[in-house]
Amino acid sequence: MSQPLDAAGAVAAREDYRYGFVTPIEADCLPPGLDESVVRWISAKKEEPVWLTDWRVAAFRAWQAMTPPSWQNVHFPPIDYQAVSYFAAPRQQPKSLDEVDPEILATFEKLGVPLHERAALAGVAVDAVFDSMSVATTFKGKLADLGIVFCSFGEAVREHPELVKKYLGSVVPVHDNYFAALNSAVFSDGSFVFIPKGVRCPMELSTYFRINAANTGQFERTLIIAEAGSSVSYLEGCTAPKRDENQLHAAVVELVALDDAKIKYSTVQNWYPGDKEGRGGIYNFVTKRGACLGARSHISWTQVETGSAITWKYPSCILAGEGSVGEFYSVALTHHHQQADTGTKMIHLGRNTRSTIVSKGISAGKGQQTYRGLVQVMPKATGARSFTQCDSLLLGSECGAHTFPYLDVRNGASTVEHEASTAKIGEDQLFYCRQRGLSAEDAVSMIVNGFCRDVFKELPMEFAVEARKLLEVSLEGAVG
Amino acid sequence: MLELVDLHARVEGKEILRGLTLSVGAGEVHAIMGPNGSGKSTLSKVIAGHPGYVVTGGDIRFRGQSLLGVAPEERARAGIFLSFQYPVEIPGVTTSYFLKAALNAVRKARGLPPLDAMDFLKAAKAKMRLVGMPDALLHRALNEGFSGGEKKRNEIFQMAMLEPALAVLDETDSGLDVDALRTIAEGITALRSPERSMIVITHYQRLLDHLVPDFTHLLVGGRIVKSGGKELALEVEQRGYGWVEAELSP
Repeated sequence: MSQPLDAAGAVAAREDYRYGFVTPIEADCLPPGLDESVVRWISAKKEEPVWLTDWRVAAFRAWQAMTPPSWQNVHFPPIDYQAVSYFAAPRQQPKSLDEVDPEILATFEKLGVPLHERAALAGVAVDAVFDSMSVATTFKGKLADLGIVFCSFGEAVREHPELVKKYLGSVVPVHDNYFAALNSAVFSDGSFVFIPKGVRCPMELSTYFRINAANTGQFERTLIIAEAGSSVSYLEGCTAPKRDENQLHAAVVELVALDDAKIKYSTVQNWYPGDKEGRGGIYNFVTKRGACLGARSHISWTQVETGSAITWKYPSCILAGEGSVGEFYSVALTHHHQQADTGTKMIHLGRNTRSTIVSKGISAGKGQQTYRGLVQVMPKATGARSFTQCDSLLLGSECGAHTFPYLDVRNGASTVEHEASTAKIGEDQLFYCRQRGLSAEDAVSMIVNGFCRDVFKELPMEFAVEARKLLEVSLEGAVG
Repeated sequence: MLELVDLHARVEGKEILRGLTLSVGAGEVHAIMGPNGSGKSTLSKVIAGHPGYVVTGGDIRFRGQSLLGVAPEERARAGIFLSFQYPVEIPGVTTSYFLKAALNAVRKARGLPPLDAMDFLKAAKAKMRLVGMPDALLHRALNEGFSGGEKKRNEIFQMAMLEPALAVLDETDSGLDVDALRTIAEGITALRSPERSMIVITHYQRLLDHLVPDFTHLLVGGRIVKSGGKELALEVEQRGYGWVEAELSP
């Protein structure tokens, strides 16, 4: 009798989450609780101008009048927003890389993100955000020579207030949704990128987000502005320690692309997913949106979502400029008790705008996965074209995949296509691979990687390799 | 090479093999024929170790060792190859990537160094000619959108690459036109060697015109009921199975 193996079968323990350690550093941490004084305290702590304080307070008041969304297909007990601490930052405030707390440098080192420029990844500039604060940004000088600004959000507020003021909240208004409003009120730091006219950013820009402190939320804000004819490729990575309680991560990302500009935004999200019984893990409630304001501008989202207990995010594009292009490539994996409700919105406003959506969902264990997408073609978007491909892969019989595609077409001279499929890694597929000499684990990883190929090929090379490995680790024990 | 001793096996709770005994020596080609539902495909899955097929009695011995409890990948690495009646598709995984990974897993188990991309490609191209398979198929997703004939060529091509000691060919001839049948049968014949045994499962004599078996067995009701030489296959072709069944009934 051969050993029992079936795709519908047993689920073993996930390999220990590699990034689950805690760094012992001294941190300034606000006591839990949220009211207007907390918002003002954060703004004062960051020595912000009055306009920004007012903006935050307005967002806070808007948030107070809102209720959390309930339409998403994920389930969790109500969050007590008064039990969360809204600010945690390493006590020591570094002026340069040399002053960064060695414990923090060691943390990023351990995460595979070395911050010393000589050791840094070739061709990648990194902004490292530790809890609420950006602790280091590499290659700033080299980028500055080209007029590129890549810095922490706090620094951008100080050094480039006119740009921040012009674009902050222009793509995701403060009242956009519950979590965006909360973020706007209490956001602590994040990354800021400005690519001047005609400049092609010569290296990948990357932000690495790390939650360390217990019982805190992380609320970062990213703003990327690509002026006419410029281009940039940006990548974010995320990890957090293993903790038994859930932690909230509510970020906002805004992208602005002017005429002929191109922004490629890639995410490898590996927040702590919780243990295999579903204890702990990050609530990843994120609002990401790009505005293709200019003619022929191009915004491309690529995401690999393997972490978090719950993921709720819809990186979207507003295609305003004539001939602008929006893309969304997504791989989302849910294992054990993870839940994800993710997808995109493509809003076609301008003539001859195009959008492409490729979504690949993988569910294993008791994981639940929902694709939710909106393709909207407005009356003036003559000649708009949109293509959606939405595939789900199931490993086992206790997981689920759900698809909610919304199409809203208000212009007859446009083309909208949608294709969807659901497949199960069958015993027969596995058996075929094993009959040729491959182990069951190798077979699963090969099948899953094949399934994700259309998305992985959109990632910058080195991150594609990383994403493949991450998927392998995340699926460990999913079969056999 | 392979000894099946009083083999009983069930799938989905139903007993399909009921005391099958068969002995295959090194270098021999055995044809197995039988009516639908007699257990031919079950036999191939049981030899290869499909987890859905449960052996409930008897033994399978390969080179003197029992295969019971041995995982399918271990059997493959030990030199057992199954050419599938219905090869599966694996979207997004190219044939070359898949086969190179499989070949290197098998080579590793046999104590051989892995082949690099160049050596693999060179070897692959030579073997593809054997079955008339166009090079382009190497770079397409495994079996995805392949015609029936291309899938079968791909099976025999993989067999040629993996160099098994025992190949079980499950209805390799089904769904092939006359020309494809000849090419593939000639490819298989070229792979005959004194060290390699084959079990050829088929409904029809036509494959055996090209690939002449040393022995022919009739499988009826989960048991080998009659064995003979190549002429037994001809007899089945002419007379069907009715006469065997009639002979069996008391």
